[in-house]
Amino acid sequence: MEPHPRQTSADGAPEPAPQAGDLRDAALAAAGDKHAFERLYRAHVGRIHGLVRRMLGADEATEVTQDVFVRAWQKLGTFRGESAFGTWLHRVAVNVVLTRRAELGTRRDRFVQDDTVLAALPDRPGGRETSLDFESAIDRLPPGARAIFVLHDVEGYRHEEIAGLMSISSGTSKAQLHRARMLLRRHLGD
Amino acid sequence: MFDDTHDAWTDRLSEYVDGELDAAERAALDVHLQVCPACARTVTELRAVAARAAELTSPAPAEDLWPGIAGRLAAPERGAEPRAWRPVLDLAAWRERSAATASRRWSFTLPQLAAAAVLLVVLSSLSAWWTFSRRPVVPTATPTPGTTQAASFETARYEVTIAELERVLREHRGELDPATVQIIERNLNIIDAATEQARRALAADPSSPYLNGHLATQLRRKVTLLRQATAMVAAYGS
Repeated sequence: MEPHPRQTSADGAPEPAPQAGDLRDAALAAAGDKHAFERLYRAHVGRIHGLVRRMLGADEATEVTQDVFVRAWQKLGTFRGESAFGTWLHRVAVNVVLTRRAELGTRRDRFVQDDTVLAALPDRPGGRETSLDFESAIDRLPPGARAIFVLHDVEGYRHEEIAGLMSISSGTSKAQLHRARMLLRRHLGD
Repeated sequence: MFDDTHDAWTDRLSEYVDGELDAAERAALDVHLQVCPACARTVTELRAVAARAAELTSPAPAEDLWPGIAGRLAAPERGAEPRAWRPVLDLAAWRERSAATASRRWSFTLPQLAAAAVLLVVLSSLSAWWTFSRRPVVPTATPTPGTTQAASFETARYEVTIAELERVLREHRGELDPATVQIIERNLNIIDAATEQARRALAADPSSPYLNGHLATQLRRKVTLLRQATAMVAAYGS
């Protein structure tokens, strides 16, 4: 099934229709033009870095974001232009992130019940929580719930897509999403 | 406060928020929410969490990661690419060979050139005639944004390849016999005319799968001709 990640720009606005510039740069990059690939990098690095940081944490974000773009460069020959370049790149990024999670031992065995990780964060600090506080709360979710929350609620993937990507059932995806939301609701502003 | 269905619903409130319950389940939960303030409050909070997540932004990282990426870029993998998208030539090796034998010239035999020219003229003329005289009766698939975008990307890839091949020919046209160059250019002009015709038609009907395919066909022919021309130079240098 074709994933349908949410298309948003750095400022949260809906991403414009696939740009001809991206397609041409992808074609040039596939022919070995590193300048064209750098343009693609600069256009998309914010969203990819955000995905990686939320899925794996700030410590891994730099290295894995670089891995994503290196992997995308290697796989440019498989890009057919049937989806927006950003959508294709996002799919590459999710696969790189999930592979890294598996390497880090944070796959299925981390779906254990561990709802104490958010205990260190104060509830509703100062009465109104900032986006940064909400991001901190996401970072402290149990890894499995965090990954599913990020993919579903932040990136816009459907449960069926997440199940396929993570080799879990759709029911598990729904249960982990609910768990994540229940933990995070304590960290919303008034 | 709680009716006897409360426990059955507490783990399904996110599905309710996401519209993933069937009609009967949703109706039953609607009834429960009327009498259960705790679940109603939780639904409100879950919606707020989902809304907050959807609003999160992703600014570029403070550190420029490009230098670390650029240093790791080798040639992209090309194993799964279609025939028309393979590397044109091993340009580095070809240039080395070319430099070592710079004074020699390569030419087709006249019968070879004549045959190639006639074939290209006939193909391009037939293609143009077929496209613009018969197009209304040719059944076309319903265009979708994906297929149109894929066609645009295919066009972009051909254009990149054509630019590369044209650059090679410009640099080394002096190594080919003038008569050969003349015939190549004449046929390129024919293909360019057909390509321009296709582009004008596409400007009026950009989502037409047929016209996108026709443009791709013309570009593919140009790539083929240019590739043959550059292969002559490469073969000469070997």
